Amino acid sequence: MVRPDTYQEVRKHLADLDDAALEARFWELADKVVQPLVDMARTHTSPSIERSVLMRMGIDSRTCMAVVAECETRGLLGHGAGHVVYVCMQAWQCDAPEAARRLAEGDGWDVVEAKWGGAR
Amino acid sequence: MSDTLPPLDPNEKLDVEALLDGLEHYRPRRHGWTWRTPVPDQRMYEFTYHETSEPLERSIPLPAAHYFEDIDPQPDCVVTTEIASGRPEDDIRRMRMAAWHGADHMMVIRTAGQSHIDGLLEGTPEGVGGIAVTRKQCRLTRRALDLIEDEVGRPINYHSYVSGVAGPEIAVMFAEEGVNGAHQDPQYNVLYRNINMYRSFVDAAVAKRVMAAAGILQIDGAHNANATAVKAWKVMPELLVQHAINCAYSVAVGMPKENIALSTVPPDAAPAPCMRMDLPYAIALRDLFGEYKMRAQQNTRYMESDGRDATVSHVMNLIISRLTSADIQSTITPDEGRNVPWHYNNVAAVDTAKQSLVGMDGLREMVRIDRENPELASRVRELKERAVLFLEAMLADGGYFAGVEEAYFVDSGEYPETHDDGIARSSDGGVAEGTIVERAADYMAPVCHHFGDNHLPEGYRGRDHGEAAPCDLIGGCTLCDDAKVPFVDELDPTDNASVRLMQTAELREKGLIKPEVEWTGDGVVVVTMFLPAGEQVAEAAALELGKAMNLRDREVIHKRVMHPAEGTLVELKGRLDVAIDPATLTLPEPPDFLSDEEIRDFVAERNVRVVAATVGNDEHSVGMREIIDIKHGGLEKWGFSVTYLGTSVPIEKVIDAAIEHGASAVLISTIITHGEIHRIMMEKLADLAAEKGVRDKLLLIAGGTQVTDELACGWGMDAGFGRKTKGIDVASFIVKEMRARGL
Repeated sequence: MVRPDTYQEVRKHLADLDDAALEARFWELADKVVQPLVDMARTHTSPSIERSVLMRMGIDSRTCMAVVAECETRGLLGHGAGHVVYVCMQAWQCDAPEAARRLAEGDGWDVVEAKWGGAR
Repeated sequence: MSDTLPPLDPNEKLDVEALLDGLEHYRPRRHGWTWRTPVPDQRMYEFTYHETSEPLERSIPLPAAHYFEDIDPQPDCVVTTEIASGRPEDDIRRMRMAAWHGADHMMVIRTAGQSHIDGLLEGTPEGVGGIAVTRKQCRLTRRALDLIEDEVGRPINYHSYVSGVAGPEIAVMFAEEGVNGAHQDPQYNVLYRNINMYRSFVDAAVAKRVMAAAGILQIDGAHNANATAVKAWKVMPELLVQHAINCAYSVAVGMPKENIALSTVPPDAAPAPCMRMDLPYAIALRDLFGEYKMRAQQNTRYMESDGRDATVSHVMNLIISRLTSADIQSTITPDEGRNVPWHYNNVAAVDTAKQSLVGMDGLREMVRIDRENPELASRVRELKERAVLFLEAMLADGGYFAGVEEAYFVDSGEYPETHDDGIARSSDGGVAEGTIVERAADYMAPVCHHFGDNHLPEGYRGRDHGEAAPCDLIGGCTLCDDAKVPFVDELDPTDNASVRLMQTAELREKGLIKPEVEWTGDGVVVVTMFLPAGEQVAEAAALELGKAMNLRDREVIHKRVMHPAEGTLVELKGRLDVAIDPATLTLPEPPDFLSDEEIRDFVAERNVRVVAATVGNDEHSVGMREIIDIKHGGLEKWGFSVTYLGTSVPIEKVIDAAIEHGASAVLISTIITHGEIHRIMMEKLADLAAEKGVRDKLLLIAGGTQVTDELACGWGMDAGFGRKTKGIDVASFIVKEMRARGL
C-alpha cells in the first residue's frame, strides 16, 4: 500500500501524552507484539532446538544430526529428542553419548517404539 | 589448566601451528562478557582524563604520542574491530595487531552462506567474505585471544553470530567454547536471510536463553535496516521498532537487560546535514532504551571506495557517540566500501575510534546537547510517536507476522508514510518452512537453561523449584560440566587450516617477507598514483602501469577525479609474487639517541652554551636555524643556550665568541665549494682553537648539506652532520661527547 505521510492526522491521540506516558505506551505495545511470539516459542520446538538439547547432553554434532533426523522421520520431535535419548539411556543403562551413538547407527529404536508407538 | 602454551613474546610472531596443536584439550578459561574498568580522573603525562579506562601493559599509541611521553589512554567504552578474512589462522594474527592498538572486542564476520545450513559446520573450511564459524575455529580463536589478552594486559571479548537456521546449536557451541558476545536477532533471519519467520522466532527463544546462561552479550540486527534502506533518514521509526521487538522478546525469554545491546548507527552521511539529522534519532533511542546497552556502529550505508571519506563519516559518528553514549564503540574499516577489510585497515579504524574518543574526552561536560532546542525537541518527540504509530498499526493488522507479510519493514517511506517497497515475507515460505513442531504433553529435554514448556519429572525441575537441576537426570549437561563438551576435528581433508598452512610453510620456516593484506603470502599491494588524465583514461593507464610493475590480478579499487581534464587519483591493487629473504638485506645502524629528559637534565645542570655561525662567504642560514631554533625542534628545545653569530662570519670571531661565552661547543655551517672553502674553514677553526688553548674544552662541529662525519673529522672537527640532520642528532652528540670527555 502506498500512503502519503499522514503523521499529523494520525498522531492526534498521542498529542496529549507526556514523554513518560508516550515511552510507557511504546513498551506496552512492544510487549504486546512479542507476547504471541513468546507463546509460540514456548509450545513449539524445531530440529535445531532438539539438536541443541542433544549437544547439551554431551553428544557430538554429527550424531545429533542423525538422531534428530530419525526422530523427525518417526514423528517424535514433539516429545523431545533428548527425551528419546533419555528413555534409551535408562533402558540400556548407559550415558547419553553412547545411547545417541547406538540410535544414530539405527540400533534400538524398538525401545522408542515401545513407548511412543510406530513410525509416522 | 586451560592452556600450556608459553606467553607471547612481543618480538615473535604468533605460532599458529602450536595453537592448533592440542586444541582438542583446550578449554576456555572464562565465560561471559567483560567491560573495561573505568578510571575516574585518570592522570597520564600532564593531563587528566574523565572518560578513560585502565591502560594496557603493551600497546601501540597514537602517532603523536611521542610528544606526550608515549601515553596511550584507552577510552572508557569497549572498542570493536570486525574481521572477515575467511581464514581463522590469519584472523588471529590480525586480532593481535588490533589488540595492540586498543581493540578488545573481536567480531568475526560469518560467511553468508552459513545462515542457510541447518546444523553445525565442523572443521575450519575457508569462508567467503567472512569465516565459517565452527567449534574448531572458535576454539583456536579463543585460545589465541587468551595469549593476546595476557600480552596486552586487558580481557578481550570474542564475538560471532547466533543467526541463521541453526541458532540454538550455535548458541550452545558458543556457550561451551567461551564466546563472549554474539549477534542474535530473529528479525535479521526473516528480513535479510529469508528464513521462515516461525522457525526464526521459535529457535531464537532457545538460543537467547542459552546465551543468557553463558553471560554472552547480545547485539541485535537493526543496523541492517539502515544499511539496506533506500533512504536511510526515513527508516528511523522502524529502527526503534526493530530494537524494541528484539529487546522485549529477549527479556521475555529470560535474558537480563544488562546483556542486551542495541546495534545502532547514525543513519546518514554528508553531503546530507547528517549530524543534525542523526542526533535527534540517537537521543530518541537512548531515551526509550535507557536500560539497555548501546553498541554504536559506524555508517556503512553511504560508504564508497574512498577511505578518507569513510573516515570522516566515522569521526562524525564518533562525535555522536561522545555527545550521547556508547557502551561499545564499533568500528568499520575505511576500505569496507571496496573490499573485505584488510589487516591495516582494521588497525586504522581502531586508531580512528581511539583518537576521536580520547580527543573528545570529557567534552560532553562543556558541550551539552540543548534538549530545549525546538527542532531537536520536536524531532525527538516525532520519532517516538512515529514508532508508536508503527506498533499500533502492526497490532491492529494482526501482529508481527502479519506486519512482515504486509511489508511493514524496510519501506522507503518514513512511517506512517509508505511506498510499498518494503521487504515482504510469507509465513508459509522461506528457508526451513514447516519445520517447527508443537511440543507434546510429555515433551521433555533433560538439560539446563532450556526455554519453553518442559515436562521434567518431579524433583528435577531446577533450583527455581528448590529441586535438582534438570541435567541431574543424565549425570550433567555441558553447560554445567565442562568435561562433557565433545570436540570434532577437521572433517574436510583438503579445506582446512593445516593444509592451508602447509602452502605457506616455506615463508614461515625461512622467515621470508612477502606483502600481504589478508592472508599469509597473498602478495597484494596497492599503488597510489596521480595520473594527468580523465577518469576513464586514467583507469586504463593505471592497469597498464601495473602490468609494467609486474603486478598480477590488477584491479583499480579507487578513483577520484581531481579535475575532468587535469587528472585523476587512482589506487591500483595487484599481486606481487616476490618474497624477500631478510638475511640478504643490509640494515642501517639504528640511531642511538638520548632521551629528551636526559639531554634536558644534563644541559640544565651544566648550563651548556653553544656558539653557532655560518662561515665563509655564505649567506645561508636556514640549515643552521633548523638545528638551533626551538620552533624547528632544535637545540633550544632542550635548554641549550645558543648564541647565533649570523652569516659569513670570520673564524676568528667564532672562536672569540666561544671563549667569551664559555661555550662547550661550536657549530659552523658551510657549503661545499670548488675552492675547498669548507675544508679551509674547518681546518682553520681547529688550528685557531688549538692556538688559543681551548681545543680540549670545545667540541667543534661542522654541518652542511654535503658535509659528512668522515670528511669533517678528517679536517679536525669532532663531528660532521649532513643533509637530513635534526636537532636531536646534534644535541645527543654534544651530551654524549661531553660525558665521554668528562667536560
